Amino acid sequence: MWCAMFKENITTDSSPISAFVAIATSGFLFGLGLAISGMTNPAKVVGFLDIAGDWDPSLILVMVAGLGLTVPSFHFILKQKQPLFTKQFFLPTRNDPDGKLITGAALFGVGWGIGDYCPGPALAALVSLNTNVILFCGAMLAGMVIHHFLMEK
Amino acid sequence: MENFTPISAIMGGLLIGSAAMLTLWTNGRIAGISGILSGAMFPKQQDTLWRLLFVAGLILGGAVYAIASGDLEVITQASPVMSVIAGLLVGFGTRMGSGCTSGHGICGIARFSQRSLVATGTFMLAGFITVNVVRHV
Repeated sequence: MWCAMFKENITTDSSPISAFVAIATSGFLFGLGLAISGMTNPAKVVGFLDIAGDWDPSLILVMVAGLGLTVPSFHFILKQKQPLFTKQFFLPTRNDPDGKLITGAALFGVGWGIGDYCPGPALAALVSLNTNVILFCGAMLAGMVIHHFLMEK
Repeated sequence: MENFTPISAIMGGLLIGSAAMLTLWTNGRIAGISGILSGAMFPKQQDTLWRLLFVAGLILGGAVYAIASGDLEVITQASPVMSVIAGLLVGFGTRMGSGCTSGHGICGIARFSQRSLVATGTFMLAGFITVNVVRHV
């Protein structure tokens, strides 16, 4: 079934091959950046979240450096009529914070504080074959599936 | 602050920022990991392939780092049970809250989205409180 779905997606997706090369490259750079920043190591994340301990502010610099590029570049990119390789921009349209957003973000934050992983670094750390990383990633997918069947009807 | 690693943090952040920039510029998409991942499991349009390619690239990025540096350090104090609970909360919470550190923290804030600012503040605060309760209470 997966194979059939996959084939259908390839044949019906109108994006040129360059779009796919670019998106795979993006993912690669993202994963490399996460690993270099140290976010793939829970000890590094604890060092940042544990303000009352021996605080390590490194991860603030990850965000500041990332935003240093995205803030100005997004401004110019979104002024273009369309992306380089696809026909339109796919952007969230809502801008009003609601209870669902805040509750979800809070649950995520608690999970982040318990496991010391957010989604990207956990995936990028899979190659370590660490049992906790594999368990975390499996449970994360399960959490998304549970949300899908419980909340998205 | 003896564990402070400003240079690798800035280099990593610049790579992450470049990746988010490339994703929006070439494909018109937001580089939000939780959204890309869940969208690959429950496709709404015919858009599974780019999601799988992004995730494959992400995992490969970690692998290449591990090979080049000789080690991808994973030091964790969480037990297997805690890892499962954490994963469930992160998976469920990022869907309910429409994003994670990448989608809200790096991309959403760059668009000056009010929702992303509020979400980022909330999960950061919840993370700080949780770690400090777990480790110091």
